[in-house]
Amino acid sequence: MDPNLKKPKLVDRVDSVATGGDPCESTRVCRFPDDVLERVLSLIDSHKDRSSVSLVCKEWYNAERWSRRHVFIGNCYSVSPEIVAARFPRIRSVTLKGKPRFSDFNLVPEDWGADVHPWLCVFSTVYPFLEELRLKRMAVSDESLEFLATNFKGFKALSLLSCDGFSTDGLKAIATHCKNLTELDIQENGIDDLGGHWLSCFPESFTSLEILNFASLNSEVSFDALEKLVSRCKSLRVLKVNRNISLDQLQKLLLHCPLLTELGTGTFMQEVISGPVTEFKNMFSNCKNLVTLSGLWDATPLYLPVIYTACARLTFLNLSYATLRSDELTNLLYHCKSLRRLWFDIYTLPSKCALVFEILECKEKEKGIMVTLFKISDEIGDKGLEAVGSCCPLLEELRVFPADPFDQEIFLGVTESGFVSVSRGCPKLRYVLYFCRQMTNAAVATIAQNCPDFTHFRLCIMNPGQPDYLTKEPMDEAFGSIVKACTKLQRLAISGLLTDRTFEYIGKYAKNLETLSVAFAGSSDLGMEYVLKGCMKLKKLEIRDCPFGNAALLSGLTKYESMRSLWMSACNVTMNGCQMLAKERPRLNVEVMRDDEGNDDGQAHKVYVYRSVAGPRKDAPPFVLTL
Amino acid sequence: MDHQKRSTLDLFNTDLATELRLGLPGSTNDQPEIKSNLSGNKRTSSESGSSICTDENDSTFSPPMKEQVVGWPPVRSYRKNILQEKKPTCETGSGMYVKVSMDGAPYLRKMDLKIYKSYEELIEGLQEMFKCIIGLYSEKEGYNGSQHVPTYEDKDGDWMLVGDVPWNMFISSCKRLRIMKSCEATGLGTYCV
Repeated sequence: MDPNLKKPKLVDRVDSVATGGDPCESTRVCRFPDDVLERVLSLIDSHKDRSSVSLVCKEWYNAERWSRRHVFIGNCYSVSPEIVAARFPRIRSVTLKGKPRFSDFNLVPEDWGADVHPWLCVFSTVYPFLEELRLKRMAVSDESLEFLATNFKGFKALSLLSCDGFSTDGLKAIATHCKNLTELDIQENGIDDLGGHWLSCFPESFTSLEILNFASLNSEVSFDALEKLVSRCKSLRVLKVNRNISLDQLQKLLLHCPLLTELGTGTFMQEVISGPVTEFKNMFSNCKNLVTLSGLWDATPLYLPVIYTACARLTFLNLSYATLRSDELTNLLYHCKSLRRLWFDIYTLPSKCALVFEILECKEKEKGIMVTLFKISDEIGDKGLEAVGSCCPLLEELRVFPADPFDQEIFLGVTESGFVSVSRGCPKLRYVLYFCRQMTNAAVATIAQNCPDFTHFRLCIMNPGQPDYLTKEPMDEAFGSIVKACTKLQRLAISGLLTDRTFEYIGKYAKNLETLSVAFAGSSDLGMEYVLKGCMKLKKLEIRDCPFGNAALLSGLTKYESMRSLWMSACNVTMNGCQMLAKERPRLNVEVMRDDEGNDDGQAHKVYVYRSVAGPRKDAPPFVLTL
Repeated sequence: MDHQKRSTLDLFNTDLATELRLGLPGSTNDQPEIKSNLSGNKRTSSESGSSICTDENDSTFSPPMKEQVVGWPPVRSYRKNILQEKKPTCETGSGMYVKVSMDGAPYLRKMDLKIYKSYEELIEGLQEMFKCIIGLYSEKEGYNGSQHVPTYEDKDGDWMLVGDVPWNMFISSCKRLRIMKSCEATGLGTYCV
């Protein structure tokens, strides 16, 4: 490159594209050297930004694709591994998401797909140096895990969330063969737990582990193997063990890894520990870098004090699994002088929650502790929520789950008044998931006024199609008030008796909405049409048991390609309607799942529509028909 | 007594089940108005605030679905398993939640017995929760004079009158509570030891 050439400003290049000018006009700007461009672009991480970059012009498209190291695939069927490989030659890290979210609720039959194996096969030839794989809702077999372990020499990080199809045998393969593994993160999977032997498969020569999370696995691992592993992995900074690891054992582990930044303990209860308690205390105090603490199963006042010194440095305390009495909690929080984030799961808090919340209130005022997430069982009732509202002004996320969701006897847990109490006390709420059995429009309107910052609002009135229990009116105005007041709303789940009016509101006001979940709602096709026409940023629409038919489905003809996916089950859509959609939009995969009974009534019982550059699925099981 | 008691419970369980409609929302919920809960007909109740009162005869109310709808409510099975695991037990010092039902009310409630120190407090709590009057217990006459009588199921599965045993014994043996109509509770008093 001639050093005398004036370096063009990036702005000039973008302008020239916007006006339709040829970006390579020699009269206008000089070319950016490719390697400089690649270097600059390599600093961009966000895949959305990278997408934008790639659209600027051909040079930028190429520079971007050569410099990309991580690819995020939100729907594994939207693209094929071959296409990914062809476009991005230098990938080191892949995030893949598979099944539609409603598979979490048993609406997707087994063997539906989202098998990771075809991906691994292609990657083994194209990305032999693949380092990271993060999977969510994918079908993963032990064979796949073995394949992964044996075909990617430099493989470093594996994260599995909500996946199924594998067992601890698959983990054995990973432990045995991945000589450079730095991360193994196993969370909330449908794993077949055959025992803890997998952990013993890490060879003695293996020393690279930095992150190990097996908190969600139930079987006992060999402590001897774990201790040896921890002692030789000098770079270990995140360790989250399962409940079987005792206090004595924890103490021994801490001896070997004083540099931990995040610790998830095992059980915190033991009859008698072997050494003096002071020694244990020192062990914790020696972990000077510890900023995150979780686990604490069964913690009692007998041993909890050992962590007090370490608490001073904690910025994040996750009490989701701890069972603490109020006095224990007081003491614990008293020592947490640097705490910024506190997670509670109130299944496990003791009675006299009011006292506990009083404590929290003091802590927030004195120390500025941010209680950021409460997960609550609705047993706590409205009184409990009142207390939350009165003591946690900085609360950002609240999730209230039903204690007995499938019990034949129906239990009235929290009501609208609890929700209103919380909203009054916690104006910073951004994320709410609320299961209840009664709600009113007026209450939700108040809540919307109190908390205009909602980004995620998921309200589940558990009896399908239930109206405002006081006025007997539909719950339209409730969600209307939410979408009007909460301009930042990204995710919305609606329930109760709802007419098309609700959808009219959503279409008109929810301009930032990306995900919408609908069940047992709407009066006609208009409902769905409103949403498809009005919600500019809609990415995922999942609908079940609504009276939306072909007209509604087809009204989204021009919309679906800008979305990740559409799910419709138990609606009024027919095969003909789906076929028409498929015909008009060849770049969409229109998949219909057949009923068990094999009813040939022309109805399309489960429809899954998504954009794809890979064409129809080649691995569709017999009950999935791609039109 | 048992038979009478059981029949009330059965009414509660089965009649609501037969009343189910799985029609799509938007269609009208035509629920017949029901006055009596003893005649074997279906029942209704209206609600005000967060309490549940019976015997109000105006509004209709669609009873909650008893049949399992696939994937509803949308609670992940992983979460469900966690719920089972983490149910607080007495031993851990956590709350002791028992189910509380009141005859005529479509919903159960739950109560944390650990927050109460005496029968007086418990009765007060029940009265507040269900907006009803229970009154005071007397050894001789039970809850005579009040419309509602609190009973509980003990470890052996027997239904006893609340207040007949010392408080601590009650706490350790109470499995669930039920507020009965006083007309149905006759004879329970004779179970007192």
